[in-house]
Amino acid sequence: MGRVNTSQSASLAQLVEWLHQFGSLVQQNKGYLTELDSAIGDADHGANMARGMNAVLNELPETSGADALFKKVGMTLVSSVGGASGPLYGTFFMRFATPLGSGDEVSAESVAAALRAGLEGVLSRGKAELGDKTMVDAMTPAVEAIEAAVSSGESLAEATRAGAAAAREGREATIEMVARKGRASYLGERSKGHQDPGATSTAYLFEALAASLDGA
Amino acid sequence: MKKLINDVDDVIADALKGIELSDDNVRVDHENRIIYRAEKTRDGKVAVISGGGSGHEPLHGGFVGLGMLDAACAGQMFTSPTPDQMLAATTEAEAGAGVLHIVKNYTGDVMNFEMAGEMAADSGVRVETIVVADDVAVQDSLYTAGRRGVGLTVLLEKIVGAAAEEGRDMDGVLEIAHRVNAGGRSMGMALTSCTVPAAGKPTFDLPEDEMEIGIGIHGEPGRHREPMGTAREVAKQLVDPILHDLDFTSGDTIVMVNGMGGTPLIELYLMYGEVKALLDAAGVTVARNLVGNYITSLDMAGCSVTLLKADDEILGLWDAPVRTAGLRWGV
Repeated sequence: MGRVNTSQSASLAQLVEWLHQFGSLVQQNKGYLTELDSAIGDADHGANMARGMNAVLNELPETSGADALFKKVGMTLVSSVGGASGPLYGTFFMRFATPLGSGDEVSAESVAAALRAGLEGVLSRGKAELGDKTMVDAMTPAVEAIEAAVSSGESLAEATRAGAAAAREGREATIEMVARKGRASYLGERSKGHQDPGATSTAYLFEALAASLDGA
Repeated sequence: MKKLINDVDDVIADALKGIELSDDNVRVDHENRIIYRAEKTRDGKVAVISGGGSGHEPLHGGFVGLGMLDAACAGQMFTSPTPDQMLAATTEAEAGAGVLHIVKNYTGDVMNFEMAGEMAADSGVRVETIVVADDVAVQDSLYTAGRRGVGLTVLLEKIVGAAAEEGRDMDGVLEIAHRVNAGGRSMGMALTSCTVPAAGKPTFDLPEDEMEIGIGIHGEPGRHREPMGTAREVAKQLVDPILHDLDFTSGDTIVMVNGMGGTPLIELYLMYGEVKALLDAAGVTVARNLVGNYITSLDMAGCSVTLLKADDEILGLWDAPVRTAGLRWGV
């Protein structure tokens, strides 16, 4: 509160806090995510993500390096979520893990590189492009904003705050898009006017990241 | 919501118990939610595996048995199973001749099976995949996730299962699978929405005097909505887009009129009569038919029509013995 975090690195504890914050946001908005999904999908995004994040938080390893911990997070999501979100969020965290290294302090550059690797994983697993009305529309601008801020020497707190804002804008932009991937694509033009549930949960992911890296 | 369940969280686990108790020809791995044949895969036989969200019964678990599948993974309701389930099924059913994954073309199913395939390949098992995509209600274009895999999955599991049972090698089994996939088309409609137990209320609202044309199998909305018509009019709305998409006038055809779960058989037989009349008039030779609830969407009322081009080889595989909870003949 009131204190500016100028740190150029994130501790493992902060990254774990990120998972807790994301889990709470998903849990609090479970009904909302499902509501968004019933309009253009199959009404299970909230329940699936909540089940997955519960499993992640219940199975967090007590002691391990950052890379091993996040690899486990990805595996847990893959094996507990199902649907498209399981492989997508699971791949995100598994790829995010590698650039972190095994220490318990991660530099801002490594966090940015890890987020980029996670995004690339989502792109190759889901084969969605910007504008297809998916989680990619929130994740891409968020990662780009964080990369830009980190490379211009801003603190991780500032960078992730910029990332969260970009993710929110990306999420809002999905409302007017026509879905070209996933179940919503079957609706064609009828998918217009609805906010994408995957982009919505991804905005929570970056909101949680900013919250966990702020004010430590 | 009125349903014969104990607890919304236990529906699938409780159903798997019942499935195991009801059929001596299968065994169930309750932890991984996999239905296997009671006996291990014969040495040198290609193992044929499928899986998908629950709520489509008898698909897929009801098609495990002699002449059809070796194993089926049950996902959460309408949600694809996970790669570790599929990997466990692949490893357990594999018998030296490779494993074929039959996947319905839905984004989640495709991604989860893809990950399972990558993991299995790492452990040295040959895994091949056939992605069924037969729903003419969806335009197959760059702008969609591609055609959904629906009714044809039932016919493909029967025919491909028979090819594997006959002892064909992986290349032979795959060749048949691709031929069936290329020659089959489906179209479905709903009279009512389904109710997913965890949601407790219908997935979509459909007024008493309207129907939804071009539905998938998860309560996702269809191509368009229109005033309720007679069975004859509905049959035309299902058959015409299929015949428009693929020419069925040469050779033989296998026809399935499938119930979505909440429609009585008497209506399905009535629909078959209408469909058969339309096909006769269009010059389509119906060589075999299947009428009943084979790929369902919980308690949704409605039906789908599937046509498959068949030559003597495909008809022979169709007629081959099968002993599963969902299909049983020749044994």
